[in-house]
Amino acid sequence: MLSFPSPPGKAGRTLAQKLWDAHVVRTAPGEPDLLYVDLHLVHEVTSPQAFEGLRLSGRHVRRPDLTLATMDHNVPTQGGLRAADELSRRQMELLAENCRREGIPLYQIGSRRQGIVHVIGPELGLTQPGMVIVCGDSHTSTHGAFGALAFGIGTSEVELVLATQCLPQKRLGDLAVTVSGELPLGVTAKDIVLGLIGRTGISQGQGHLVEYRGSAIRALSMEGRMTVCNMSIEWGAKAGMVAPDDTTFSYLHGRPSAPKGAAWEAALDSWRSLSSDEDASFDGEISIDASHLEPHVTWGTNPGQVAPVTGRVPEPRSETDERALRYMDLRPGTALADIAIDRVFIGSCTNARIEDLRAAAHVIAGRHVHPKVRAMVVPGSTSVKRAAEDEGLDLVFKAAGFEWRSAGCSMCLGMNPDILAPGERCASTSNRNFEGRQGSGGRTHLMSPPMAAAAAVTGHVVDVRELL
Amino acid sequence: MEPVSRVSGRMAPLDRADVDTDQIIPKQFLKRIERTGYGPFLFFDWRAGGDFVLDKPEHAGASVLVTGTNFGCGSSREHAPWALHDFGFKAIIAPSFADIFLANCYKTGLLAVTLPERQVRHLMDLVSEDPTVQVTVDLVKQEVRGEGFSYRFEFDSFARDCLLGGLDEIALVERHTAEIGAFESRRQEWLPAVK
Repeated sequence: MLSFPSPPGKAGRTLAQKLWDAHVVRTAPGEPDLLYVDLHLVHEVTSPQAFEGLRLSGRHVRRPDLTLATMDHNVPTQGGLRAADELSRRQMELLAENCRREGIPLYQIGSRRQGIVHVIGPELGLTQPGMVIVCGDSHTSTHGAFGALAFGIGTSEVELVLATQCLPQKRLGDLAVTVSGELPLGVTAKDIVLGLIGRTGISQGQGHLVEYRGSAIRALSMEGRMTVCNMSIEWGAKAGMVAPDDTTFSYLHGRPSAPKGAAWEAALDSWRSLSSDEDASFDGEISIDASHLEPHVTWGTNPGQVAPVTGRVPEPRSETDERALRYMDLRPGTALADIAIDRVFIGSCTNARIEDLRAAAHVIAGRHVHPKVRAMVVPGSTSVKRAAEDEGLDLVFKAAGFEWRSAGCSMCLGMNPDILAPGERCASTSNRNFEGRQGSGGRTHLMSPPMAAAAAVTGHVVDVRELL
Repeated sequence: MEPVSRVSGRMAPLDRADVDTDQIIPKQFLKRIERTGYGPFLFFDWRAGGDFVLDKPEHAGASVLVTGTNFGCGSSREHAPWALHDFGFKAIIAPSFADIFLANCYKTGLLAVTLPERQVRHLMDLVSEDPTVQVTVDLVKQEVRGEGFSYRFEFDSFARDCLLGGLDEIALVERHTAEIGAFESRRQEWLPAVK
């Protein structure tokens, strides 16, 4: 079943099609395919109603052993384990109750393995090539970096997967994004994906599974690939993925849930066949030359409203642009590098892995956060936090005047007390600059971790290459 | 789920593209553990700003939301269709919807219908001229109609059957339990399980 080469004489298949075909439990004319789910990730915010639905219908979780829960969206990132508000506490208690009742493993606050759901899956080695992974969160596409088919679902679908371990899905189209060349110094995976979305806009990926490929993708670490795949949803794609290779395998080797011994060898044999066939056809292809990319910064209220940091706030081309400029309080023609900021957030499932923290620390080492700026680092997981502390990165951040927090989603979406005040402007390594996303009236500029670090020390958006 | 076949009523126009689910229902309301009661918080920040189109008296009680392209982009929160439904919208018409939002609408019993930009514009013009104009979104005939016009729409056939029949999708999948079991017995042993 899990052998991925296409039969001789048959048309070549894309990576996404191979993953899809290997998980079809049932197919019937006029119906969506019934796909099997290898791993279901659960968190406190989008699951309570799903568990309640199960309880009311007398159903139980079919495969608690293929389900993993953590607390991330609501958790406090300072001041101990107690959430600030009653509703958050209740939501987390309910997740714990539901997991206990259904036998689902849970990494709750205080656990050594707690963290953002899309950070802990990979670091535990649970996210592996060839799998179908779902979660009630749109950034589930992150796991596609391992050559998995991974996508976000709604709460009703969470209930369906809890009950049946399956999901009816209509076949989707295939897109290829080929990133050739070599990334210049100071330009990161985040800039690849921001540059891409700047070109495509925020809906071109709709109805498609995307494969990222080409030499610049191959050269990325797993952390970088996760950053790219993470933001697939920001241009509308259902999922994004990268074919696994030696980078993937060496990341996975020895992780707690990775196969061991003979099983590792068997897994490798299967994983090595996981790539698009030479003659596979895509419904569309987008090509990007990485060697011409610059650090990118968003200026508007969606991730497609983005420009190179050397650029200026553009003239509005639509009502959406006009609204965005009003909300962001920006004038066309302003140099992006002149925009003063109040806050810096280094965190989120997009950019809070160890490599991200290293890249940010590299920029701030020996420097200090600008006196007008309040800056914080929120590691993606408790393990990332520990690893960073083992390397002494926490000392670098703290010496520079950053707040060093505990793991969680934090100010990416501001469900805990980490929010912007109205009018505050934030350099953020997260994924969404929607109105009010980081706090009602707050203004978000998305950028890479080194760019956010550079903004922290200079007090304004700045081309990080000037500091390297 | 209650069967859904057609929605008739007045329209409310939200003439904006790329409306994301963070706007539809901001995060602070995602801490609730119920499926209902989100209506008062729909478009919370936009309504707090005053003069928001949905709060205009002439659109009170509208059951069909007419809006721009890529509606419902961003977060997967099903609270978005819950809030729209709870507020009183039973159908939404737009040139396109984000994938996860659309799937969530099907599960919520909210009729999310795609029409070409030109036809959506016509509906916006109609309601701007006369907020009392009536429209019917008919899932059986797959058409949006009103006085002097009828627009055919495409709709996912499986989702249509589920909505028209008020079917419990979990029960539908459970019919195939034997096939699911057979699939499970073929899975590779080295695939990870959570300890």
